[in-house]
Amino acid sequence: MPEKKAQEKQKLIDKEGKRVDGRQLDELRPIKLEVGLLSSADGSAYIEQGKCKILAAVYGPREAHPKHLSLPDRALLQCRYHMAPFSVEERKSPAPSRREIELSKVIRESLEPAVFLEYYPRSSIDLFIEVLQADGGTRCAGITVAALALADAGIPMRDLVVACAAGKAEGKIVLDLSDAEDKLGEADVPVALMPTPEEAITLLQMDGNLSLEEFEQAVNMALNGCRQIYKLQKEALKAKYVPLKEEAEE
Amino acid sequence: MSEIVAKVKQKQIAQLIAHGKRLDNRGITDYRDFQIEAGLIEKAEGSAHVKLGKTEVLVGIKIDVGEPFPDTPEEGVLTVSAELLPLASPSFEPGPPDENSIELARIVDRGIRESKAIAVEELVLEPGKKVIVVFVDIYVLNHDGNLIDASVMAALAALLNAKMPNYVVEEGEVKKKSGYTQLPIKNHPVSITFAKIDGKMIVDPWLEEEQVMGARLTMTFEKDGNICAIQKGGGYGNFTVQQILEAAKIGQQKSAELRKLVVKE
Repeated sequence: MPEKKAQEKQKLIDKEGKRVDGRQLDELRPIKLEVGLLSSADGSAYIEQGKCKILAAVYGPREAHPKHLSLPDRALLQCRYHMAPFSVEERKSPAPSRREIELSKVIRESLEPAVFLEYYPRSSIDLFIEVLQADGGTRCAGITVAALALADAGIPMRDLVVACAAGKAEGKIVLDLSDAEDKLGEADVPVALMPTPEEAITLLQMDGNLSLEEFEQAVNMALNGCRQIYKLQKEALKAKYVPLKEEAEE
Repeated sequence: MSEIVAKVKQKQIAQLIAHGKRLDNRGITDYRDFQIEAGLIEKAEGSAHVKLGKTEVLVGIKIDVGEPFPDTPEEGVLTVSAELLPLASPSFEPGPPDENSIELARIVDRGIRESKAIAVEELVLEPGKKVIVVFVDIYVLNHDGNLIDASVMAALAALLNAKMPNYVVEEGEVKKKSGYTQLPIKNHPVSITFAKIDGKMIVDPWLEEEQVMGARLTMTFEKDGNICAIQKGGGYGNFTVQQILEAAKIGQQKSAELRKLVVKE
């Protein structure tokens, strides 16, 4: 308990307006993305965002299982967001928690608008997101990496989907919350964006306390974060596929 | 089958909404008739039955003594669960909670928790060891759309109606003394749910509107008008930033109107 007390006194923003990890208020954590690293999956991707480490894999389109879930006019997108027992401070039971079931649902709903599900009636596209290490913002990083895995699997999409959170810490609106800011801060607003054909918000959640003005500021800040990460997503895809294209042309 | 009927009706519903009308003659930002009855389950410490149009939700509150969470040793515990009863809709099946009932419970939970509706710091009997646990059980009795707003209002009404036994700690044991005190409620979260149909936003979708909606957006407001919880869900659709900011303005105003129906001050 004393450890917790000490943490509560920890300042989230210092006198110079910098955050615990030295970031500016509107600065993202360092992000590393990699596409196509698992050989068995039809598509896969990996993200590191701060201390978050998340792996995503896509299988399909393939036969829906269980079969009765299949839809006559479109593919089923099935999504499992799951945290490794060792991904957090205290061991998490590997059985899916209510939080993981809810997140699996909202992540799926954030990606469905992007995927041309109608191209594959009666089949299933199965997406698995494994959080290997959690450090705040896992649902957003999970969406960012899942979109890359879908693209890597060659699933036709309107665009990638990219996600980023903004929130409030010690009265200031901040971008891309770290674990401490998420737990001790006053609000968390995760947002997912599909940038084209016109900017569309495909995930929006919030918990905490914000006035309407603060909410507007937070959404806009999160969208700016999304636009930055979107560029990194495209670079990650190019890093895998441009060399392949050049090889093929030789 | 309902999906096929819904597709035939989709055009009609969308055309009406484009003209600011709805199948049940409501305006775009009108809620259905709202009725509330509190305290109808005598064995529960708190209860409320809400009718929102034909949607019916019953919430029961049970209060017990338990252990606090290790990271909040000096706070009482709130637990929210939801049951989509098979008697409420042909599409509900018996079994463990599915993602829809878990999402419903978690949206209601977030509204109560984030608005600090319950004064959890007043529910401590022995710090770190024994606290009062508040169980909020949402029972959906009839599904005719917008279960979220009906459940949030029923939960709020049931909490306002809830009494807790007078617990005392004597020599390390918790005992019940005679009489009850009111459960301490500090805030009154009310949610407003929007459905997007053919690019237009409406509030309080009923079942047929939910079946054709592209996406759903729920915003929960505190009594001072601040937002405490948001959830986008439902359908294959999305929202523009403008739609979300407009929804926040409408929601702030609507939630104040609805709150007056639940909270009699």
